Amino acid sequence: MTHFIQTLISGLSLGSIYALIALGYTMVYGIAKMLNFAHGDIIMIGAYAGIIAVGQMNLPTLAAVLLSILICALLGVLIEFLAYKPLRQAPPLSVLITAIGVSYFLQNLALILFGSQQKAYPTLAVMSHYTIGGVTVDGISILTLLVTAVIMVVLTFFINKTRLGKAMRAVSEDKAAASLMGISVNGTITLTFAIGSALAAVASIFYGMSYVYIKPTTGAMPGIKAFTAAVFGGIGSVPGAMLGGILLGVIEQLSKTYISTLWSDAIVFGVLVLVLVVKPTGLLGKTMNEKV
Amino acid sequence: MSIKTKLVPVSRNVALLPERDANASPILECIDLGVTFGGLKAVDNFNIAIGRTEIAGLIGPNGAGKTTIFNLLTKVYQPTHGTILLDGKDIHGMTTTQVNRAGIARTFQNIRLFQDLTVEENITVAMNSQIRYNMASGIFRLPSYWKGERIAHERALELLSIFHMEDFANAKAGSLPYGAQRRLEILRALATNPCLLLLDEPAAGMNPSETAELMENIRTIRDTFKIAVLLIEHDMSLVMNICEGIAVLSFGQIIAKGSPEDIQSNPKVIEAYLGRKKEA
Repeated sequence: MTHFIQTLISGLSLGSIYALIALGYTMVYGIAKMLNFAHGDIIMIGAYAGIIAVGQMNLPTLAAVLLSILICALLGVLIEFLAYKPLRQAPPLSVLITAIGVSYFLQNLALILFGSQQKAYPTLAVMSHYTIGGVTVDGISILTLLVTAVIMVVLTFFINKTRLGKAMRAVSEDKAAASLMGISVNGTITLTFAIGSALAAVASIFYGMSYVYIKPTTGAMPGIKAFTAAVFGGIGSVPGAMLGGILLGVIEQLSKTYISTLWSDAIVFGVLVLVLVVKPTGLLGKTMNEKV
Repeated sequence: MSIKTKLVPVSRNVALLPERDANASPILECIDLGVTFGGLKAVDNFNIAIGRTEIAGLIGPNGAGKTTIFNLLTKVYQPTHGTILLDGKDIHGMTTTQVNRAGIARTFQNIRLFQDLTVEENITVAMNSQIRYNMASGIFRLPSYWKGERIAHERALELLSIFHMEDFANAKAGSLPYGAQRRLEILRALATNPCLLLLDEPAAGMNPSETAELMENIRTIRDTFKIAVLLIEHDMSLVMNICEGIAVLSFGQIIAKGSPEDIQSNPKVIEAYLGRKKEA
């Protein structure tokens, strides 16, 4: 039983990281109707930013965290401006291919800048293990869960209750009508990329603290997993990305522990296939009503 | 019907009601406006002027280019030639968003509400450019957030009271009955604080008593907000009753302009609608 609870907590913590990344995919998809496949690589850049901030600039933890978030947010906005904005009217396939191109560009840029050797992510905070009633959990998992929970509450409030959040929902439903109502569509898209990339930076911090070694292709796997989580929960839906991410993490950890480490990814994607067969729009995705 | 409103249009020079002379100081002026789609002249040589508090009508057979005019005025389409002056200022080079902020708001022939937002949110989201507070005060719920959201909420309820729709404030816009959705679209356009309101077939799908009520509402809106209204409509009873000036469009060209009386007796208009009498 204690073993199960321990697995569950580490699954929730892993799932929180996926959820943070999945939010970026789903928000960008919801607003710009594009799959930003370079999103995973933002995590990798965020991780390197953390390594440099602590290792070379000797910044304190909080400053390093903020710097990493700032760099990722700026990078997200810059990528949108340079690579995606010129393609606003282009067919979706061109945008998709461009996103894959940006992803390779970022990986190779990191290869040039940081080399192919993997680097260790700094210890941002010394986390002890806690034992409550025989269940041992590490501090990083707890911190990941807490921070993610706070972020999700704030984000939900932001989207549902604030001026800019309302504008985001309006743009995601109908860009043309939104711009005719005085909402700046480009500004809203920029904001979405900034928020999504900032969340990826937060994910990179927890990812770095949990998995330690960072290399230029580090972002690829969590990126794909988080994308899966976003589809799992219903792409375009913010609560869906949260739910999908957390479920994915829990399923992955449980199958690693109780079935097989080798099979865990296959099981995760198998569950995705099952869900999509039963509910093609994902768990919380909206069913499309085709107008005739 | 009267509206107990504190909702005063924000800082625009608005002439008082009796002044409806379009030529003295029009709010909107189109000079030789035209747009070509791959060789087809969808609108050509379009000249009109609309007074500051005028209710003007744009009529014409299907496919005459009426909605195209609206799309030109709101910069959804870019004109091939010609000038659009809003309050004397050329809107050339403005984006759709900028045109809206400059004072043109519109509704759509096919309803385009934000279906998943509530009725109130549909209205407050349109106040986006007027009610400002920054992201930080939104996230941390600073006083400016509460103030901004409170003003938006009060304004939304005032606007809803025009159509007695306050009770629906928290319903999803997509769940409203058709007529109420049409009315909400008008309110959402009004929430952007326009000086010119474009209504694209506001009475479409309404029964005669609903149309009569809508007619009253359009007048009330004009009188309360002291704005100009340009409407496209096929319901001739509505057009002839409330429009002070009418332009008739056929195949992208204005074939007649004038008061309702002039239009009704104009042989060109009758021909465009009913066809020419066969020579015996």
